[in-house]
Amino acid sequence: MKLGGAEATLFFFAAPLAVIGALTLLFARKAVHAAMGMALTMVLLGVFYIAEQAEFLGIIQIFVYSGAVMMLFLFVIMLVGVDSSDSLVETIKGQRVAGLLLSLAVMVSLLVSVAKVGFGAAVGLAGPNSNPGNVSGIANLIFGPYVWAFEVTSALLITAALGAMLLAHRERLLPKASQAEWSRSRIREGVNVAGLPAPGVFARHNAVDTPALLPDGSTSELSVSRVLKARGQVEKPTTYAEVAAEIESESGDMSKKEVGDQR
Amino acid sequence: MNVVAAAGPALAAATDNPAADFSDTPWWLSLIKALFLFVFLLLNTLIVIWFERRVIGRMQQRPGPNRTGPFGLLQTLADGVKLALKEDLIPRRADRLMFILAPIIAGAMAFVSFAIIPLSGNVWMFGHYTPLQLTDTPVATLLVLAVAGVGVYGIVLAGWASGSTYPLLGGLRSSAQVISYEIAMGLALVAVFLYAGSMSTSQIVLAQKSLWYCIPAFFSFGVYIITMVGETNRLPFDLAEGEGELTGGFHTEYSSLKFAMFFLGEYVNMFTVSALATTLFLGGWQAPPGIAAIGGGMFNGGWWGLLWFVIKLWAFMFFFVWLRGSLPRVRYDQFMRLGWKVLIPSTLLWVVAVAFLRAANNGFLGDTMIFGGRMHRSTLFVIVVIVLLVLAAAWIYDYKAAAKEKIDRSPPTEVDPFAGGHPVPPLPGQTLREPAPALTPAAPHPDATSDKEDSRG
Repeated sequence: MKLGGAEATLFFFAAPLAVIGALTLLFARKAVHAAMGMALTMVLLGVFYIAEQAEFLGIIQIFVYSGAVMMLFLFVIMLVGVDSSDSLVETIKGQRVAGLLLSLAVMVSLLVSVAKVGFGAAVGLAGPNSNPGNVSGIANLIFGPYVWAFEVTSALLITAALGAMLLAHRERLLPKASQAEWSRSRIREGVNVAGLPAPGVFARHNAVDTPALLPDGSTSELSVSRVLKARGQVEKPTTYAEVAAEIESESGDMSKKEVGDQR
Repeated sequence: MNVVAAAGPALAAATDNPAADFSDTPWWLSLIKALFLFVFLLLNTLIVIWFERRVIGRMQQRPGPNRTGPFGLLQTLADGVKLALKEDLIPRRADRLMFILAPIIAGAMAFVSFAIIPLSGNVWMFGHYTPLQLTDTPVATLLVLAVAGVGVYGIVLAGWASGSTYPLLGGLRSSAQVISYEIAMGLALVAVFLYAGSMSTSQIVLAQKSLWYCIPAFFSFGVYIITMVGETNRLPFDLAEGEGELTGGFHTEYSSLKFAMFFLGEYVNMFTVSALATTLFLGGWQAPPGIAAIGGGMFNGGWWGLLWFVIKLWAFMFFFVWLRGSLPRVRYDQFMRLGWKVLIPSTLLWVVAVAFLRAANNGFLGDTMIFGGRMHRSTLFVIVVIVLLVLAAAWIYDYKAAAKEKIDRSPPTEVDPFAGGHPVPPLPGQTLREPAPALTPAAPHPDATSDKEDSRG
C-alpha cells in the first residue's frame, strides 16, 4: 500500500493527535476533558474517512458522533456535574481484579482475531465514486441488497428510543399549573398574595443570599431560596449594614452633603 | 402546485458529484482562494457590525455611529482595537485549558464552512479557468451542518470552563438549542436535495437555472429561515446569551481577544448560514430572472456572479438586523416547543409530500401521461391527495377552534363580592349580589355570630 504525498502528510499529523485524544479519554482526570478527547478522536476519524474518499461516511461520522452523541454526553456531564472526586472504594469485592482479567481477555481475543486478518490489494473508491457517485453508491447499497438489515436496525433503534422515553417519562397526574393558575391559587388561599418576599435588604444589598428584612427588623425566611439555606450560604443582612455604618462614620453622612457637580 | 411538482434538476445530472470542475486549479490557487475567503469574511464582518448599528439606529430614530471615518465606517475597527487592548482575565475557578480552547474552536470553525460556498461559476484567475469556490464535495451541504455541530463545542465549553453559574446555564441552553434546531434544519434541506438530486453546492446552484428553490420548496425555505436564526444565537433566539436573564450567557467571563473571537465567530456564522440560504434557495450566484436573460446570459456567470451572490447575501444580513431591531426575545420553553412540536413534525410531513411528488414526477408511480404528455397522471393524483389532506387538516383545526369559541366565557351577570374572602369590585355591567346576612339585623339568637362568619367566608 502506498500513500500519496498530501495523504501521508495528513495521516502522520492527524494520527498521533487521534491517539492522544484516545489516551486523554482513558487518563484524563476531569470527565469533560475525557469527553473532549473522545470528540477529537471522532472528528479525526471522520477526517481520515474523507481522506480515504468515503466522503459521506466521514461527514456523517463528524455530524452524528461529534455533533450529536458527544454533545449529549457533554450535556449530561455538565448537568450532573461529574468531577474528579469519583469514589475509589470498591463497591463489589474484587471487582477491580475481575475487571482487569476480563479486559485482558477481551484484548487478547481481539488481538488474536485482528492478527489473523489478511488484506488483499487495495481497490480504492475511485470507481464507485465517479459512476453512481459517493452518496448514490451508498444509497444503492443500503436500499438495495442491504435494505432488510437497514430496516431491522432502524426498527431496533426506534424501539430503543421508545424504551428510553418510557423509562424516563413520568406520568403527570394533573396538568401543569400555569403562571395565571399559580397567581389565582395564591389569591384564593390568601397567603403571600403578592408572591414570596424578594431577597435582599434594599438600598444596602440585594443579592439572592441576603434575606429580606421585615418591618420589625427580623429577617424573612421565605425570601431566600431553600437550596442556599441547605448549603448554608445564607448571608446575614446586618453584615452590610455594619460595613455601611463604618464607612459613613469615617467619611460623614454622604446623603446630606451637597455634591459639587450635582445641579 | 404545478410548479412545485415540475421543479427539478435543469440539467440531467448523471451522478450526484459536484458540477464544479477543479481540474485546472493548482494548489497555490486554492491557497489564494482560501486567503481571499478569509479576507472577504473579515471585511464583511467589519462592515456588517457598522451596518447593524446604523440600521438599528435608523429603526430607533437615532443616527447610530457616525463620527469615526466617513459615515462612521471605521467605528468597528476602532472598537476592535480597543477590545484587543483590554485586560485579558481568566477567572480563578476556570478550567484554564478549556477556557482558552473554547474561543479558538468557536472562531476557527466559523470560517470552515465557507469553503464549499460557490461565490460564482468559472472565472479566469492568473491564467487558470477555475470555479470561484474553494472546494466542493458530493456531501458539501452536510459539511456545513457537521462543522456547525463542532462549532457549538466552543460555546458549550466556554460555558462549562468559566466555572460560574450564568455561563453554565448559557452553555447548556446553547447546546440544547443547536442540537434541536439542527434537526429541523437538516430536514428542511432534504427537500432541496430531493429537487436537485445532489448535495453538492455547485450542482444545486446549476439545478436552479430555471427556477429558484425558494418557490417549489417554499416550506423548507421558511423553516430554514427560522432555524438559521436559532442556529446562530441571534435575536429573537439569543437565549444562550440573553442579557436580561443570564448577564452575558456563555461569554460572561470572557474579555479582550477571547471575547473578540466569539464576537467574530457569531458574525461569520451569520454569513455562513446566509450564504447557504442563498445557495440553496435563491439560486446562488445566478443573476435574478430578468437580468439573467440579457444578452444571452452575459451577466449570468464569471465575475458578475460574485455581485449577485453578495447582494443576496446582504439581503439576508439585513433581514437578521431587521429581526433584531423589531422582535423581543422569546421565552426558552416557547422556543423549544416551537422547535420540537411544530417545526420538526411539520417538516417531516413536508419532506414526505415532496418525496411523493418527486417520485411521481420521475415516473416511479406509473408512467401514464396526461395533458398531452406534459404531466404524469400519478403526479396529478399525488397533488390532489396532498391538497385534500391539507384541506382536511385545516377543516379539523377550524372545527376545533370554533368548538372552543362556543364555550361561554363571559363573566356572570351577578357577582358575589365576598365569594373568595376578599372584596372584589364588579366588572362593568355586573350587578352585585348583596350579602344577605349583612342586611338582617343582629338577632339575639346565639347562632347568629357563626352565621355571619360563614357568609364572610
